[in-house]
Amino acid sequence: MVRLSRLIALVVCAIFAAGGYLVTSVPGAQMGPVNDPIGVVKVGPGEPITIAYWLVTSGSDGSLGTDSKRGIEIAIDDMKGKFMGHDIKLIGEDSGCNAEGGQTAATKLAANAAVVVAIGSSCSSEAVPGSPILWKAGITTVSPSNTAPPLTDPKRTKDYDGYMRVVHNDKIQGMEAATFVRTVLKFNSAATIHDGSPYAQGLANEFAANFKKQGGTITAQEAVAPTDTDMKPVLTRIASTKPQLLYYPIFIAAGGFVTRQSKEIEGLKGTTLMGADGLDSPDFAKAAGDAAKGMYLSSPDLTVFGPKYDAEFLPKYEKKYGQKPISGFHAHAYDAANVVFAALQKVAKADGGSLYIGRKALRDALFATKGFKGITGTLTCNPYGDCAEAHIAVYQVVTANPATWKLGTDPKKVYPLK
Amino acid sequence: MRVRRRRITYVDVFLWAFRIVVVLIVVVGSIATLREGRYTGRQWADFVEFGLAQGGIYALIALGYTMVYGVLNMINFAHGEVFMSGAYIAYFVAAPLGASGFLNQHVLPSLLLLLGVAMAVSMSVALLVERIAYRPLRRAPRMIPLITAIGASFFLQYTFRGFFGAGVQAYPDIRVLTGEWQVGPVHLLRTQALVMAAAVVMMLVLYAVVMRTKLGKAMRAVSEDRDAAALMGIDVDRIIVFTFALGGAMAGAAGIMYALVFKQVYFFTGFTPGIKAFTAAVLGGIGNIPGAMLGGIFLGVVESVGPALFLDGLGVPAPYQLRDVIAFTMLLIMLIFRPSGFLGERLATKRA
Repeated sequence: MVRLSRLIALVVCAIFAAGGYLVTSVPGAQMGPVNDPIGVVKVGPGEPITIAYWLVTSGSDGSLGTDSKRGIEIAIDDMKGKFMGHDIKLIGEDSGCNAEGGQTAATKLAANAAVVVAIGSSCSSEAVPGSPILWKAGITTVSPSNTAPPLTDPKRTKDYDGYMRVVHNDKIQGMEAATFVRTVLKFNSAATIHDGSPYAQGLANEFAANFKKQGGTITAQEAVAPTDTDMKPVLTRIASTKPQLLYYPIFIAAGGFVTRQSKEIEGLKGTTLMGADGLDSPDFAKAAGDAAKGMYLSSPDLTVFGPKYDAEFLPKYEKKYGQKPISGFHAHAYDAANVVFAALQKVAKADGGSLYIGRKALRDALFATKGFKGITGTLTCNPYGDCAEAHIAVYQVVTANPATWKLGTDPKKVYPLK
Repeated sequence: MRVRRRRITYVDVFLWAFRIVVVLIVVVGSIATLREGRYTGRQWADFVEFGLAQGGIYALIALGYTMVYGVLNMINFAHGEVFMSGAYIAYFVAAPLGASGFLNQHVLPSLLLLLGVAMAVSMSVALLVERIAYRPLRRAPRMIPLITAIGASFFLQYTFRGFFGAGVQAYPDIRVLTGEWQVGPVHLLRTQALVMAAAVVMMLVLYAVVMRTKLGKAMRAVSEDRDAAALMGIDVDRIIVFTFALGGAMAGAAGIMYALVFKQVYFFTGFTPGIKAFTAAVLGGIGNIPGAMLGGIFLGVVESVGPALFLDGLGVPAPYQLRDVIAFTMLLIMLIFRPSGFLGERLATKRA
């Protein structure tokens, strides 16, 4: 068996070499100066080193992934597009912010032996089926925006060994959001809505659990489908339980419907609305209109980002794309890319104009990230892939004008206030 | 293989069990919910009202499915996109009207203008699809136009995505239509009330066109027997074009009503309402015009009332997550109990 697979690998090598295609990966093999148990990527002389993204770049949540993709592109620009003398080539797949899209995108990337490492996914629903597929092909993935707790749970299966993230875990976001509602707004009752996605369900449950732990009452825990449009019946059901606050950490399309329609429901008119980072986008202001005025959003705290964020990163972003950031995870994606480059620096071996990267070595180097000074904070990975220095803030929407949407000023930060 | 003496097969047993389970859930769930007394009368009335407005929109879209099925015997799966295109293009009229303030100063003319634009756009799209995608396949086996319809649907979705992007477009608010009217003991959200009234008017107009005009009579004749109608001197192609135009116009009207109620449109907007409207058409008896209206309204109300009424009392958590399950279970039950729908396939009795 071993011989057969070596033979196949050899034949594949020969075919690729004959085609002048010098970027190859050999499962569990010695190649050049590198020996790696799961595979080695060889970047031949003059060949680019391939980094892949899998992010949602279309559909109603397209702003989320596009924004992150831009963060990666800026990190590549900072490297002047070169890594150890090789061009950096960024390829990618749209992962659609759903399980099917994540699976398709991961399968496509896994089939490409040139992919050294991946950055993604955007939505936790994509990562659940997608990251095991990538890891089976030896590709480690670093997510800039998946926040669902199970992805980095100590009890996660070995399939997720190649998965890590540089963004907060929703255990923290759920706790901070609940603390804000209990201690600042001083509310005693709340209801939650999720949309069945791992992100929304995880966050809604964390919020509810922490809210109860802090002495509050959860009056209803409801769910909708991401494609639902008529939320009035479910909102009427929630209204019958009379919550003081409605927490719906869902995505833009459904979030817009909930926000607008809650204003038309008798019994919810006085209820405070609160969403989460999935709704942080000018597109949400468009979808929800004036109904979003005054509502709260829990999201990463951009104001604690280092001075480099305001002084260097934002001007680069605005210069390159001619607009303000369109969602909340550009800085995390920038950090993800830089963590990747730092790890590559440690494991990539140059030999006669070629570059050899061991896949397992790269994975281990990424997970060994410690005290990395990123713009979102100091990143240190735990053995299960949680790397972020998490700061969660709560923001309040002031004008709900898509043109002036900027997390920090409008929506304005209201918690924690120093 | 042994010969089965008994005429009861496992499938029969399963189907009977399925019927009994569904009926039990409905009856036990409803009684339990009502005894629990969680909802006030006002909330029940609200559920019904939301369902009626949503159902009116489903019904208008379902009319397009049912009429095309009546005359051509095919399911026009691109109809959801016909609906979306009207709502989408009218947005580009609504946005400047809203920004300039004209929309709020002159509500009625603005709404009529939007309605006109949406109906015209949807009608044109329906006619284009008919001309380009369906007419060349008029004599092809039945499966072929069906697949073509799915292709046309994708084509339209991604054309819109290509032209206008994948983001959400949001209609401006109309101030007069926010808030509610009180009619006796019933509170009506203004938008919902307007949509219900408009849907009823549209359906009456359509019914009059089909039943009272010469073109409508010709349409019914074509749906009974296309060849015989042609022998009687009816221009069948012209009638088919007329049917698509009528269906498209109804879809455009539904598009504006959808936009009034839900405010957001994007390239994928047509998909779910399209599928639901198809379900409604089958529920009512596909090919049958009053059936489509009834099916649409029934589906809307069941979706709105059903989760609370049937599942709440059974202690199901987050019942509204199961809304689509209820809608499609209704379809299954209908197909098991009465495959021809509530009112039967009247327009196409011969083929039933």
